[in-house]
Amino acid sequence: MDIALEQVGYTYAAGTPFQKRALHDVNVRIPSGSYTAIIGHTGSGKSTLLQHLNGLLKPTAGRVRIGDTEVTKETKGKQLKPVRRKVGIVFQFPEHQLFEETVLKDVMFGPLNFGVQEEEAKARALRWINRLGLPEGTAEKSPFDLSGGQMRRVAIAGVLAMEPDVLVLDEPTAGLDPAGRKEIMDLFYELHEQRDMTTILVTHSMEDAARYADHMIVMHDGTDVLQGPPGEVFGDAERLAGWRLGVPRTVSFQRLYEEGAGLPHGPAALTEEQLASYLAAHLGEGGSAS
Amino acid sequence: MERILSLQDIRFSYTPDDPDSRFAVDGVSFDMQAGEWIAVVGHNGSGKSTLARLIIGLLFPQEGTVGLFGDPLTEDNLWEKRSQMGMVFQNPDNQFVGATVQDDVAFALENNGIPFGEMTLRVQNALEQVKMDTFLDHEPHHLSGGQKQRVAIAGALALRPRLLILDEATSMLDPQGREEVIRVILELREKTGLSVISITHDLEEALLADRVVIMNGGRKFAEGTPQDVFLKGEALTALGLDLPFAMRLSALLKEQGIPTEPGTMTERKLVEQLWTLHSNR
Repeated sequence: MDIALEQVGYTYAAGTPFQKRALHDVNVRIPSGSYTAIIGHTGSGKSTLLQHLNGLLKPTAGRVRIGDTEVTKETKGKQLKPVRRKVGIVFQFPEHQLFEETVLKDVMFGPLNFGVQEEEAKARALRWINRLGLPEGTAEKSPFDLSGGQMRRVAIAGVLAMEPDVLVLDEPTAGLDPAGRKEIMDLFYELHEQRDMTTILVTHSMEDAARYADHMIVMHDGTDVLQGPPGEVFGDAERLAGWRLGVPRTVSFQRLYEEGAGLPHGPAALTEEQLASYLAAHLGEGGSAS
Repeated sequence: MERILSLQDIRFSYTPDDPDSRFAVDGVSFDMQAGEWIAVVGHNGSGKSTLARLIIGLLFPQEGTVGLFGDPLTEDNLWEKRSQMGMVFQNPDNQFVGATVQDDVAFALENNGIPFGEMTLRVQNALEQVKMDTFLDHEPHHLSGGQKQRVAIAGALALRPRLLILDEATSMLDPQGREEVIRVILELREKTGLSVISITHDLEEALLADRVVIMNGGRKFAEGTPQDVFLKGEALTALGLDLPFAMRLSALLKEQGIPTEPGTMTERKLVEQLWTLHSNR
């Protein structure tokens, strides 16, 4: 399911003294099946953009195409229900939205709300609770008796149980420890591959964008300033710095090495493994690169 | 050197009446000298945040003593001891009370009955120390995450604490915000000799500390200079902890037949070795 924004603008509280333009002239395309990372400094408009991806916000200018559905400022809320079933959003700190008596009920809430039958909703909930690596017996517990990391997983299971075609993740690992972070990110990647989903990741972590994404959108001052594969986006550190963004640690280390060794800039190393191979190619016997 | 903190065999359980409950902090001891920077590292649930709450007297241990500035911490001297400590928490949005940056920094001073003239001076001074003095009249919630945490640090500094405790204060910030906060703390230590305990997941930050304490399952798993502690390499990864970037890259280079000196932990040291290898090639 392709998602495209055409000349999208969004102004909060339009026509009041508090009016604030959050997006203007945004033209982006998120190809079906892609793993797209959206990066941008705080206040660049990425959170506002994200809320357009399933019609939580309707653009005040331009149009958003989500599969066959077109959303403009005239679109009625009712028409958006099918879109919301297909596009699941995991918000920042999603555990703050848990509310049911038991984990099972909480995870079933989404599917039931979209008309899935009780039996099926229950089966799905149990399947996703298990898939998220939560311990046996969690389903019957109150979500509020769990640890922070477990609550996060329950909230994510709740979105996945709707079995969306497009999964939007807003800083899904904020506040988790490094092991928890890697587990969750690897799980999303696995699901992305196995279920042929479109995954959209909004992140401050250039490392995650570089490692997992195949397509990137850079936001600055309320509009898109660059789109392309991570190798291209992270290839030019100076340009990114102009938008108050950095490059992954692998790339900054690579550039430091190249500059000190008097070498031209090579293609950006997106993972630590790529960086090690690149360095080994330079330093190994024969030093193929010079 | 003055010993400002001394933990002796501390045990704490959140449910002490339940015989099956596990201790969140289980027999931890360590000392801290004035002017030191200690990083406490461990995965979620390792007991590190409980440790911070025990030090600042938000919790009291069931066993063992917390010694602060020469005395054991008790309910009687709690307020006097606490007035010498500042704490900054994880979420920059949960710790503001003032409508402007300067009101916010002044809040605790007002609570402590500091006279107005002195208060204005201290607020100005604290905000200069964190490089936020041009933001006096800004609204806190319009600042970036890094700026908010710097204001929170200024709020703690205005009380002139002898010990500053950072409880994952950089974990919710973007890379730039994290760098801003760490730079401010490094400078403060250099200029004022402030003692800092930083509870953190950020190993690059831990590398800057004088000493690292690694927590696991409520116990102290390791303690020493960053150099000593991170040399344990695989024992740490077995706990689910990460290693600093330069160590991870060194291990990958070794697999590719490029040896580096054992114990290379900083990017600077690693790149220097690689430059040498390059020029000797």
